[in-house]
Amino acid sequence: MNRPKMRRGKHKGLPEVAVAANGPDDLPARLGPRDVLRVGAAGLRARPLRVFLSALGIAIGIAAMIGVVGISTSSRAQLQETLDRLGTNLLTVAPGKDFFGSDAKLPKESVGMIARMPGVLSGSGTGSVDAKVYRNDHIDAGETGGISVQAARLDLPQTVGLTMAAGNWLNAGTSRYPAVVLGSAAAERLGVATPNQQVWLGSQWFTVVGILESNALAPELDSAAIVGWEVAQSRLGFDGHPTTVYTRAKKDQVEAVRELLAATANPESPNEIEVSRPSDALAAEKATNKAFTGLLLGLGGVALLVGGVGVANTMVISVLERRAEIGLRRSLGATRGQIRLQFLTESQLLAALGGIGGVGLGIVVTAIYALTQGWPTVVPPWAMAGGVVATLFIGAIAGLYPAVRAARLAPTEALATP
Amino acid sequence: MTPVVELREVSKTYPGDVTALDTVSLAIEAGELVAIVGPSGSGKSTMLHLLGTLDRPSKGTVLMEGRDVSRLSDRRLSALRGRRIGFVFQQFHLASGVSAIDNVADGLLYGGVPPGERRRRARRALERVGLGHRLDHRPHQLSGGEKQRVAIARAVVGEPAMLLADEPTGALDSVTGAGVIDLLRELARAGTTVLLITHDRDIAALLPRQIQLHDGRVVRDERAPVAEAAR
Repeated sequence: MNRPKMRRGKHKGLPEVAVAANGPDDLPARLGPRDVLRVGAAGLRARPLRVFLSALGIAIGIAAMIGVVGISTSSRAQLQETLDRLGTNLLTVAPGKDFFGSDAKLPKESVGMIARMPGVLSGSGTGSVDAKVYRNDHIDAGETGGISVQAARLDLPQTVGLTMAAGNWLNAGTSRYPAVVLGSAAAERLGVATPNQQVWLGSQWFTVVGILESNALAPELDSAAIVGWEVAQSRLGFDGHPTTVYTRAKKDQVEAVRELLAATANPESPNEIEVSRPSDALAAEKATNKAFTGLLLGLGGVALLVGGVGVANTMVISVLERRAEIGLRRSLGATRGQIRLQFLTESQLLAALGGIGGVGLGIVVTAIYALTQGWPTVVPPWAMAGGVVATLFIGAIAGLYPAVRAARLAPTEALATP
Repeated sequence: MTPVVELREVSKTYPGDVTALDTVSLAIEAGELVAIVGPSGSGKSTMLHLLGTLDRPSKGTVLMEGRDVSRLSDRRLSALRGRRIGFVFQQFHLASGVSAIDNVADGLLYGGVPPGERRRRARRALERVGLGHRLDHRPHQLSGGEKQRVAIARAVVGEPAMLLADEPTGALDSVTGAGVIDLLRELARAGTTVLLITHDRDIAALLPRQIQLHDGRVVRDERAPVAEAAR
């Protein structure tokens, strides 16, 4: 072949043309961006089914990744919404273990002392009551349903942010009589849907006056039967020691209050106190899902890779089938570079079609999942842009070899194909 | 005057020591209407490839409007091909699913002509070949003769110095084929240099100059009387 010889000549700086060597007329014209796109798309239009199927491969990969990112973002948005609503300034104080490993007790006056701390907006408490609650007096004693009985201060709902699903919270009157407020899970387990029913609590009949809505910051109250402080002491043998103190601190003093809580709750032995911030625990629980998210993203990446291989395959076949077209374009004046560009563009368009479809599909998947979970739908823009850019990249990689092959094809060989 | 295309002692050898052309020299002047005729295996296709700058000779020089083709890079050669040579093939090579006018406009795609201008000139070219009423027809809606006319329009839309037609009537019946030959004669009368490659002596006999190939050599190069050529 003479081509290498010609290249050598060029590198030696020999004049390429004997006559009319200068002037733009002997250099090929550049194709405008619109023409590049049109020529690249022409090959796709001729084979819609194949284009659809190979774009689908890419779309599934992108949709998987967008879906994973979208669902985890939506879940985080939901958490943020919850925290904004519930507040992140709730702190709880509970007795830990003493030096000898036995359960410690909070002093009776700890609730009042905490409530009077500077920086504290409100404080309230519950105390565990050694009693069990049953639907009626015929239930076997072992079937407690995991429901705890708690004595509560009257200001508990304000401090924790509890809301009623039905009925009313305890008041100064009902807290002295056998009246009970059920957490949402407790009510369900006891088969109580509306207030004014009786439950068998501590071997006595208690009347349900209200049912709580569940609260993400105080999940322990969901499975509790809550009675008044006074009635617990007078009828259920409650010792008056609180077991959990709930407190709301001013937003900018949460950390300062947190540090002082243990010493305030039990000045004699602060080491026996456990202080926690439920909103942190909620956030941490969501964070544990990160490993799982990473795994799913990896799977999406594998799907994307497989999609890329599909595009490469389609492009190789396309080049084989279109030798005559390549020959014709060369005879019409297309340079090797322009043939290469045509097939690269085609491959990238193909992949981009899949990418855009995949982003759309991913958004739909996210929206459907978020809807069923009652979350807001959030797909970060960077994920969408990243998805499309990734497919352009894949298209370039997948199309490179076929495009180079197409460009290398000698025009005579291409035209010889029937 | 510089010939449109000139072969100087050109040989082409393919791998396996197959000599397709053996020391051929000829010159085609501007405005000529030439038939290159010979049986299959005589080197016609190789001749077409060399004249069309689609391939380079093993020995000798190909001059296209005075430029030595072997000294041009692929880019410059492509540009030369796109601007100065029009091709017509036996199998038409039209893009399916694309209207006649867009097929013809693609003849200007690589020449740097803006899209609107391409379509305007494509319309004129189609009118010139008598297909002004078929602008928006797709190839599958056209007859064989019409397809070849579209291909000819695509070849001449860029006003090339030379039109290379490779067996343009090979896929057509004789009446339609004669129509295509008439069209080529018309283009030649209007000043385009036309090279027709054919195995058919009867068709070749219709043209003013005939170059006969046999086993890679020119065995006859005859010009009809001047009066005939000028007619």
